[in-house]
Amino acid sequence: MSITVSDVSRRFGSTTALHPLSLEIKKGEMVGLLGPSGSGKTTLLRIIAGLEAPDSGSIHFGDRDVTRVHVRKRRVGFVFQHYALFRHMSVFENVAFGLRARPAGERPSNADIRDRVQHLLERVRLDELSKRLPAQLSGGQQQRVALARALAVEPEVLLLDEPFGALDARVRLELRRWLRHLHEEFGFTSVFVTHDQEEALELSDRVVVMSNGRIEQIDTPQALYRAPANRFVFSFLGETNRFGGDHQNGRLQQGEAWIAMARSDIAPNEVLLRPHELMLTTAPDERAHLPVRVDAVSPVGSDVRVELTADWMDTPWLASITHHDFDRLQPQRGDRFYVVPSRWHQFAPEMA
Amino acid sequence: MSARTARVLPGFSLSLGVTLLFVSLILLLPMTSLIGQLSTLSWSQYWAAITDPRLIASYKVTLLAALAASLFNALFGLLMAWVLARYTFPGKRILDALMDLPFALPTAVAGITLATLYSRNGAMGSLLEPLGIEVAYTWLGIALAMAFTSVPFVVRTVQPVLEDLPGQADEAALTLGASNLYAFRRVILPHIWPAVVTGTGLSFARSLGEFGAVIFIAGNMPYRTEVVSLMMATRLEEYDYAGAAAIASLVMLVSLLLLLAINLWQGRFYRRLHGGRH
Repeated sequence: MSITVSDVSRRFGSTTALHPLSLEIKKGEMVGLLGPSGSGKTTLLRIIAGLEAPDSGSIHFGDRDVTRVHVRKRRVGFVFQHYALFRHMSVFENVAFGLRARPAGERPSNADIRDRVQHLLERVRLDELSKRLPAQLSGGQQQRVALARALAVEPEVLLLDEPFGALDARVRLELRRWLRHLHEEFGFTSVFVTHDQEEALELSDRVVVMSNGRIEQIDTPQALYRAPANRFVFSFLGETNRFGGDHQNGRLQQGEAWIAMARSDIAPNEVLLRPHELMLTTAPDERAHLPVRVDAVSPVGSDVRVELTADWMDTPWLASITHHDFDRLQPQRGDRFYVVPSRWHQFAPEMA
Repeated sequence: MSARTARVLPGFSLSLGVTLLFVSLILLLPMTSLIGQLSTLSWSQYWAAITDPRLIASYKVTLLAALAASLFNALFGLLMAWVLARYTFPGKRILDALMDLPFALPTAVAGITLATLYSRNGAMGSLLEPLGIEVAYTWLGIALAMAFTSVPFVVRTVQPVLEDLPGQADEAALTLGASNLYAFRRVILPHIWPAVVTGTGLSFARSLGEFGAVIFIAGNMPYRTEVVSLMMATRLEEYDYAGAAAIASLVMLVSLLLLLAINLWQGRFYRRLHGGRH
């Protein structure tokens, strides 16, 4: 089931949660709505679900206009941020809820319900816990119950609000993979909300980056990361180091520090650099003169993360260097180096 | 507290000591003197004192009226709590404050006001009389007075539980296709049920002992509209302290058992809800 959002807007009192925006989600696609809190991503998700009504615009599922259709008739699966399990019901009854709630004519028989719930519980590997109450389960297990409950009504659209936000890192990784598998197996269209860029980039076919009630960019994870449309998208998608200064004699200068660059009309007075685009050297060269002091070193993971400070920075920089470079340079806290950027990024000033 | 069982939270012995002192002064001392009064009676005298036919008639009136009042309060109090917890509307805070009025108002004032309103030529009574409904000086009036003085028990026990119920739970039920009624019955009601029962039980216990509001609207006709608390007052006026104490001991016992039963049942329910094995 494809989802078409056309010119949807929403205000809460005097604050605008969503400026009119449009979005096209293809059948079977998995789309992440990514943005900081207050960007309107959850409001958009709730409008798609029918839990919130838009002030203007329309929502179509396939060819069907569902703008005025009540949430219970939209047949969407919705997974809430804090699971919203029914605390007084067993795992089994939670999953069976959607089937039992059907009007008498459409309700499957008790034996049918048992089989379907049992099958789903096996699918989410919870069949042995079916008699437990939600309070007796771990966070990851509760999340799987919430998913099974949403899937029991066989929705063609699955909507998830910060599905893994409250879980610890390892469970999160496992559940992400598992959700991806379920998505491929069941073939539903999924939209999920997250503020975690890694989650959005790993899980989605396409990512919708939002801020302040607007869509900043819609693209595949690769395209998004390689070619961010603007400064917001760039800085939201990963660690960012900023260098601001004045153009003087072919240099962007800030105190004693400078980066050599030709002045162009559109170039603003700042450049942004990713941590892996910084090289540490013992001497400056003709491309840049950026003296820094090592503040902290963290050799955990595939790269070594080095925190750098200097008087000319407004916030500390972060460089990630290879273990090979780390062994060669042996940076210690307090050591002085020069940074040479391998590349940098510039964005036109934002229209406020 | 000895060092052997030292606690991290300070002030245990002091606060428990003060609590016990006040429980003794305010609760136990009067109850002891009541039992002391009873000791002047033999068992057969006690039995006779609590099985007087006029008294038995008053038990029936009181129980019936208290039952009707608390059931009415269960419904109306639930509705009020629902409105206060779920919706925002202008004047909500005023309505919220009004809910406590029955507790703040002297019960005699409530009784006189209700009696005036519902007597045959009162504002409400004159409207109801053509319909053949008599309120003042019947058990209906007693129930009305009881309901008035005890409705805050239901509202104030249910309201916080409703506010505590995550709004997402009923949203979840709706996304799963449940009708409003089904969602209420299967998701909301089980959650607030203990609070409703507790509130109704408290309302019932309070109604059993209600005096001030009731006597003005009851008419106090022997065998018809006399309540138990009035019978106690009558005994006292006759200087029959032991007889009054006998009735009081019975009312106290019934209320105590009721409250104990509610507490036990509620404890079990919440343990289940919060993850204890059952």
